[in-house]
Amino acid sequence: MCDTCGCNVTPGNEHLISGEAVEVLRSLLHENDHQANHNRSHFKKHQVLAINLMSSPGSGKTALLEATIDALGDKFKIGVVEGDLETENDAERIRNKGVPAVQISTGSACHLDAHMVHDALHQIKLDDLDILFIENVGNLVCPASFDLGQHRNITLLSVTEGDDKPAKYPVIFRAADLMLLTKTDLLPYLDDFEPANAERYLRELANPAVMISLSAKNGSGISEWTAWLESELSHYRSEHKKL
Amino acid sequence: MHELSICYSILSQVETIAKQKGAISVSLVNLQIGPLSGVESLLLKNAWHIASANTIAASARLKIEEIPVKVRCTSCHLESNATINSMRCAHCGEWRTQLISGDEMLLRTIELEREENTTEKTLFKEREHV
Repeated sequence: MCDTCGCNVTPGNEHLISGEAVEVLRSLLHENDHQANHNRSHFKKHQVLAINLMSSPGSGKTALLEATIDALGDKFKIGVVEGDLETENDAERIRNKGVPAVQISTGSACHLDAHMVHDALHQIKLDDLDILFIENVGNLVCPASFDLGQHRNITLLSVTEGDDKPAKYPVIFRAADLMLLTKTDLLPYLDDFEPANAERYLRELANPAVMISLSAKNGSGISEWTAWLESELSHYRSEHKKL
Repeated sequence: MHELSICYSILSQVETIAKQKGAISVSLVNLQIGPLSGVESLLLKNAWHIASANTIAASARLKIEEIPVKVRCTSCHLESNATINSMRCAHCGEWRTQLISGDEMLLRTIELEREENTTEKTLFKEREHV
């Protein structure tokens, strides 16, 4: 028992402890949320739709972006912020497609936060863009808790993972505005992944998000995905018209 | 591993408030956490000891209120308890429910020790010594 760690406080004597109580009622991530709102006002000023891509490592986020750039052509101007623990590899893949990309190397940090994204925004010309993709660090846990200032969350689930991933990682799948089933060209070789199950597990989280199945490799589903992007961009811009 | 960075965020807010109020130490930090926030209370408690060392909240007790997952059905409009990966209505089975509670990660209250309280305690101790 001591006065240092609080082990002498019990439910019985708790009310006897005096001190000035201050009501705070703020998010634990108040500073991050404040920065995220600041990022959102940057996006609004430049009329840029910001999309946060979240998934496990290796589920095909960068391949999806490459296929998206090819499919959209000159239709929309795209920029990419890449989050990885190390290397410039993903940003280079995007730049090879002629699209501006900023790499954030997080070191050992397992997620992007609003401050990291803000630093990256200063290296990218938002005025030139319609859509900014933020490719989060491959991780189905931590990225879900940090607002980056994005307008839409997309969670990718590759068919080489289990179809019960939404049940195992509910926080990140509940946050999704769209769930993308990726690598569907591999479905004929996998007898244990059922797209209908993945959708059922998503609904168990009370999430009405659209699910689109696609393959960056053979192009199936890509037109449905780009149509979703187009519709979200026009929806965003009609909601956030410059006054 | 983001529980440590969450602790630093809490401490930064606590230090600002303590400074504004002229407190010399913090005795209690009271949080509300729901399982859908993605924050693990146990990991947060472990990280708290590391993060709060040598701060104004070094001797503060971290109290975490666990908030249960509750939903309201959009079909039958009744409320029910739910779990993080099964949020259907317990009454009619509808999956389209709205979250009422369970995603909180809130710094609710803190308790501060002011200079005058401490001075009183110090004087008392000195008298005891005499």
